[in-house]
Amino acid sequence: MFRSFRFRPTQLILAIVLMLVGSASLYYFSGRDVKVGTTDLTSLGLLIGGLVFYGGILVIVSMFENETVLSIALLLPSIVAVAIFVYGFIGWSIRVSLSQWQGLRPDYTWAGLSQYYNLFNNDPRFLIDVRNTAVFTVGFIVGCLVIGLGLAILLDQKLKGESLFRGIFLFPMSISFIASGVVWAWLMNPATGDRLTGINMIFHLLHLDFLINLWYTNPQPWGMAFTVIPAVWQLSGFTMALYLGGIRSISDDLREAARVDGATEFEIYRYIILPMLQPVTLSAVIILGHMSLKIFDLIVALGKQDIRLDVPGIYMWDTTFKANNYAQGAAIGVLMLVSVAILVVPYLVQNMRTETEI
Amino acid sequence: MSKKIYGLFAVIIAVATVLSACGPAATPTPAASAGGQVEVFSWWVGPGEADGLAAMVKIFEAQYPNEKFVNAAVAGGAGTNAQAVLATRLAAGDPPDSWQAHAGMATFAYANAKQIQPLDDFYAKNNLNSVFPKSLLGLISIDGHPYSVPVNIHRSNVMWYNPKVLQAAGVTIPSGGFASWSDFFAACDKIKAAGKTCLSLGPEGFTAMHLWENVMIGTLGADKWSGLWTTPATTDWNGADVKQGLANFATALSYTNSDASTLSDWQPASKMVADGDAAFNIMGDWAYGYFANPAPNGLALKPHTDFDWTPTPGTQNIFVFLSDSFVLPVGNKNPQGTLDWLTVAASKAGQEAFNPLKGSICARTDCDQALFSEYSQNAAKDWASNAIVGSLTHEVVSNPAWKTQIDTDLKLFLASAHDAAAQATFQSALAADCKTKGAGACP
Repeated sequence: MFRSFRFRPTQLILAIVLMLVGSASLYYFSGRDVKVGTTDLTSLGLLIGGLVFYGGILVIVSMFENETVLSIALLLPSIVAVAIFVYGFIGWSIRVSLSQWQGLRPDYTWAGLSQYYNLFNNDPRFLIDVRNTAVFTVGFIVGCLVIGLGLAILLDQKLKGESLFRGIFLFPMSISFIASGVVWAWLMNPATGDRLTGINMIFHLLHLDFLINLWYTNPQPWGMAFTVIPAVWQLSGFTMALYLGGIRSISDDLREAARVDGATEFEIYRYIILPMLQPVTLSAVIILGHMSLKIFDLIVALGKQDIRLDVPGIYMWDTTFKANNYAQGAAIGVLMLVSVAILVVPYLVQNMRTETEI
Repeated sequence: MSKKIYGLFAVIIAVATVLSACGPAATPTPAASAGGQVEVFSWWVGPGEADGLAAMVKIFEAQYPNEKFVNAAVAGGAGTNAQAVLATRLAAGDPPDSWQAHAGMATFAYANAKQIQPLDDFYAKNNLNSVFPKSLLGLISIDGHPYSVPVNIHRSNVMWYNPKVLQAAGVTIPSGGFASWSDFFAACDKIKAAGKTCLSLGPEGFTAMHLWENVMIGTLGADKWSGLWTTPATTDWNGADVKQGLANFATALSYTNSDASTLSDWQPASKMVADGDAAFNIMGDWAYGYFANPAPNGLALKPHTDFDWTPTPGTQNIFVFLSDSFVLPVGNKNPQGTLDWLTVAASKAGQEAFNPLKGSICARTDCDQALFSEYSQNAAKDWASNAIVGSLTHEVVSNPAWKTQIDTDLKLFLASAHDAAAQATFQSALAADCKTKGAGACP
């Protein structure tokens, strides 16, 4: 690597300046609290100071003009951060889930798999969570795929104002789950009689009283199935965008060829477009599935901690921060991670294989 | 290409320079004994309580001009949300300078984790042992060492009602309140017949448990209720009294509004009474401020004509109490600031400023009663004469883990058909909780 070393005075000066500024900033921010109002800038200052200092090192490395070394040096901070803050904490959570930690003080006494055993064998609440997650995931994915594909096919008909419709359908995705949960809780208000309101009120005014229903307070599993409505409303537009991109990437030559062979428009979709959209469906299932398996915000805002609508995320929060049962909370968190991994890992493995083939 | 990189570095240097330059200007001098920031953590953000806190802060800033009060309040759920935020800060070793904690078992959890310090010297210096009631001192001390400074006393067992709705339905309340829950249910039948909700209820966050504890206390009486929480438990969780309490709770639920689980907090449930949609609402006496205070933080209603109150059924001579208190942390940034804040919170002036607005009564016994509402003056008399028991919902009688487990079992019951089979399941779950999460020694 020293073969191509090229000394440039300007670079050296830059490196020295960066390292000096970086270390000055590290010195300034360490060992005291720097606040603007109530906002604590200490960590941000330390982070920026560290990065500026590292920038100086990078400049020196770049003088060696070796791309491999430089790329490793550039990636190193992210690799270290991900190793600590993602994989380190996953490992720590697994360790806590195997402990007896209850209360405000850490207690790492080994407890084996007892937390997991209790969740599945002695805990009616966790079984409700598992069932609710299953209902929500199936309803959410099927709803988004069907409506998303339907909208994509409609927009594919080269109609006027396509971009306007695309915008309208995509728009709900820009709203946070918390906000849409609050609004849909008003819309799907289950009160009857004098306190009738929301969509039920609209049904009543339209003389469609037989449609008035209890929404998400219906007996399970139907109650949980209603929580799918706001989620589908938010993400079917996103699914539409995925499908529309997929449809547009299919060459018109294929359609023309099919038409020449006498295929109807329906047959073109059934035998040409849909089979070619399979990879898009797979991506959509994975993106939507990992969201629904760890859903928290929408359900908390919608269900106000009604246990009939409980999901693992809410239980984890309750048991960890209200009951101080950190071991059980960690076990639930690990189970959520495993459920998402089962969905995502095969996809990643397959992706890596295809990439190496290419 | 290389020009661009140099440009980037130039920007980074500029940003870093500006940061280090503006840092000192915006930073107050590091905390010395002479003053600094005092960050106080509470869940007082609602109407009434936020005003009370502001009044106390005003006194604090007048008495200690060098200290700057920083309000770190978190909204929601009778403090359950705030406690979750606090737990993460304590775990990270970043305690606020003081925080609100319900007096009783809730404070002891922090003491057992060595996160707060005993206040013996502070009590002696401010002569607090003679101004707080003996029954209260016992509940905030471990082995005679007090661990928190109570600011107020609240009553949990208050039933608010709309006199006009009662009159229209032909219901009268016996003087002193309903003697039993069955008397109350008879009144509910009349109100139901008049087309109104008898008992308004809020979401499951804490209002359901608040109702549950008042049904249980009204059924069991003061001694048997307290016996559920002693070590060893002297009241049998599997016994006939608890069974009757759960049956009464199921009946009470049948008179509540169908949309309880969708309300946002306790205020909408109380508002149903104010609006005349419901006859009764069981809520602690913090609801008084919400009913009576002027807008925008209250409904500006007139006592006795627009709304009125009575003890919950079966609790005529019982005072179910909870108390908000502040603590002295271990390892916070401004220990002197904490002591200054605690001095104001414990003082006569501080409590007289805070409590009339919050709708609570003073923890001190020497407050000037003329400052208080008619409701609070009555409550202060009851506090002196009634049997005192602690609230479960507000963490006087049980540790957080036990309370959370009871809450889960309660919610499972709420999700059930409320029938005899569900009541039996609920009762055996409660008995199991006493063994696994509670004292352990349960009959």
